[in-house]
Amino acid sequence: MIKIVSKLGFGRKKKPEGWNRPPVIESGEEGELLEVAMGPHHPSTHGVFRMDLALDGERVIRLKPEFGYLHRNHEKLGEGQSYLASMPYTDRLDYICSLTNNWAYALAVEKLAGQEVPERAEYLRVILAEMTRIQNHAGSIGFLMQDMGCSGTPLMYAFREREKLLDLFEKLTGSRMMCNYMRFGGCRVDATPEWLDEARKVVAGLPEFVDEFEALLRSNEILMARTQGVGILKQDLAVNAGITGPLLRASGVNYDIRKVDHYGIYDRFDFKVPLGDHGDVYDRFMVRMLEIRESLKILEQALKDIPAGPVMDSKAKIRGFRPKPGEAYGRIESPKGELGFYLISDGGPNPYRYRVRPPSLINLTVLEDMALGQNVADVVLILGSVDIVLGEVDR
Amino acid sequence: MMTVEEIKTAIDAAIPDAGVVIVPNPSPSGQHSLRLDPRHAIKVAKFLRGDAELALDFLSNATGVDWPDREVAEKVKVTRPVTKTVDGVEQTAEETVEETRKRVEPGCLEVVYHLFSVEKKHGPVVLRMRTVNRTDQVELPSLTPIWRSAEFQEREIFDLFGVVFTGHPDLRRILMWEGFKDHPMRRDYVDPDDFDYEPTAHDAVLVRAQEHRAAAAAEEGTGAAQ
Repeated sequence: MIKIVSKLGFGRKKKPEGWNRPPVIESGEEGELLEVAMGPHHPSTHGVFRMDLALDGERVIRLKPEFGYLHRNHEKLGEGQSYLASMPYTDRLDYICSLTNNWAYALAVEKLAGQEVPERAEYLRVILAEMTRIQNHAGSIGFLMQDMGCSGTPLMYAFREREKLLDLFEKLTGSRMMCNYMRFGGCRVDATPEWLDEARKVVAGLPEFVDEFEALLRSNEILMARTQGVGILKQDLAVNAGITGPLLRASGVNYDIRKVDHYGIYDRFDFKVPLGDHGDVYDRFMVRMLEIRESLKILEQALKDIPAGPVMDSKAKIRGFRPKPGEAYGRIESPKGELGFYLISDGGPNPYRYRVRPPSLINLTVLEDMALGQNVADVVLILGSVDIVLGEVDR
Repeated sequence: MMTVEEIKTAIDAAIPDAGVVIVPNPSPSGQHSLRLDPRHAIKVAKFLRGDAELALDFLSNATGVDWPDREVAEKVKVTRPVTKTVDGVEQTAEETVEETRKRVEPGCLEVVYHLFSVEKKHGPVVLRMRTVNRTDQVELPSLTPIWRSAEFQEREIFDLFGVVFTGHPDLRRILMWEGFKDHPMRRDYVDPDDFDYEPTAHDAVLVRAQEHRAAAAAEEGTGAAQ
């Protein structure tokens, strides 16, 4: 066995009883161990994220993720300002999916203050959240292909469709990515009939894109060779490590918060939860692909059924909003996993405690477990398949 | 889903000296929590995960809360003898007055865990633990050996709040850099006064920058403040 004399600080303290980290891989031969600091400027780390790797030849022996390059103490900012003032900041957490961030925060505050949301606003939230999911999954598949060396084409296909959805966001909310759309007890502005017609048109065109995108990639020989059997995540470890979202479902665990909590009005829609079988990178790619199709189903139903009515609860208080003392944890199924907000109110205008439960950070817990024994080039794919956004990891 | 009272009864039946306290939550969310005794927290956590009916196999959220020392002003009714002079004769009478007394409620650091069950699809069950104080007795048992998802989150609590988790396999700072001294999420944290590189200092910032440079120059003992 090679003894690691580490410059990057490898070597952990003794494991406690019952600690289910995989055993350290022994190479069996005497040799030099190479330590690589991958990132923070590496293009495939999706931002400023660093992995310290210990390599035996091409194989990964140890992996240590390092965070904090984008840390701005989002939670402290949230405690220093009123409840509503944090809403635009939530856009900047996972900046690809600002609308689901808005929803998670609004949901937590509504739980804390016991507010109701009008039906039309619930429909608009579902429509926007599912559009966000589609553009996130399409984008993340595109980036995964980019990481694999398929430079450009799939990403451009994905971004072409993402652009149509971002245009819709801009028409409704005034911004493509930093939407700041939801409010406690509803949504900021109502959708016009023209907007809904246009949304229907865009959604009607999306299945064609998904078919094309899937045909382009699914049975691609290189994709299958590179991703099948790579970065396997076992079911029990995934649950124990708090993994959520497509990553968990690719390992075959049927846990979708839309189905479990029925937050909003998700119990009214007919959709399935796609599950993987092997828990490898290919399964994650396929689960995302199938989730796009399920989101399209929800979108079709929601755009058909959306009722008329107000989009803001008339009793909702915008100015001087002070929830009674207490606490609440609200969570939704964001495209990346379980996004939760935990709030403690002391009766004042600012939250006493404002906590974000970031799916991207917690999904990285098992990065080392998935990468051990794999080649360096596969680590890039495994990280790409986790689908992280550093704005949310570092907060 | 069992109520917190039922969960407490189940814990007490399984672990007789667990010392679990129900913390009510007055908010409409109705998420009441259970405060654990840190000495028995591991046993209770193992029970909650392993119990067939609860099966809380998924720790979703772990976070810290800082409760600083609080000065509480209370009005207390005090009865005391008063000497009065009535018609030139001294009389002693009892008199009841209201007095405002101040006392300091000691603060602590609190850790909150939100548990769910993937198997039974229920939750959340909220657990809390408190440290003895905020300065030198800040150790709490780590739940990472039971739920791996606490690994990074407990590191974050250690980093930002300064709770030391005993039994955590890799307790290092996670968001702040190594060598950083304070814990930024504490409520009495003061921003560092580093205006060395302030490119466009103006108004209040300019005043603070000048103060900082003067102080830095005085500390160095060499060179003048710019």
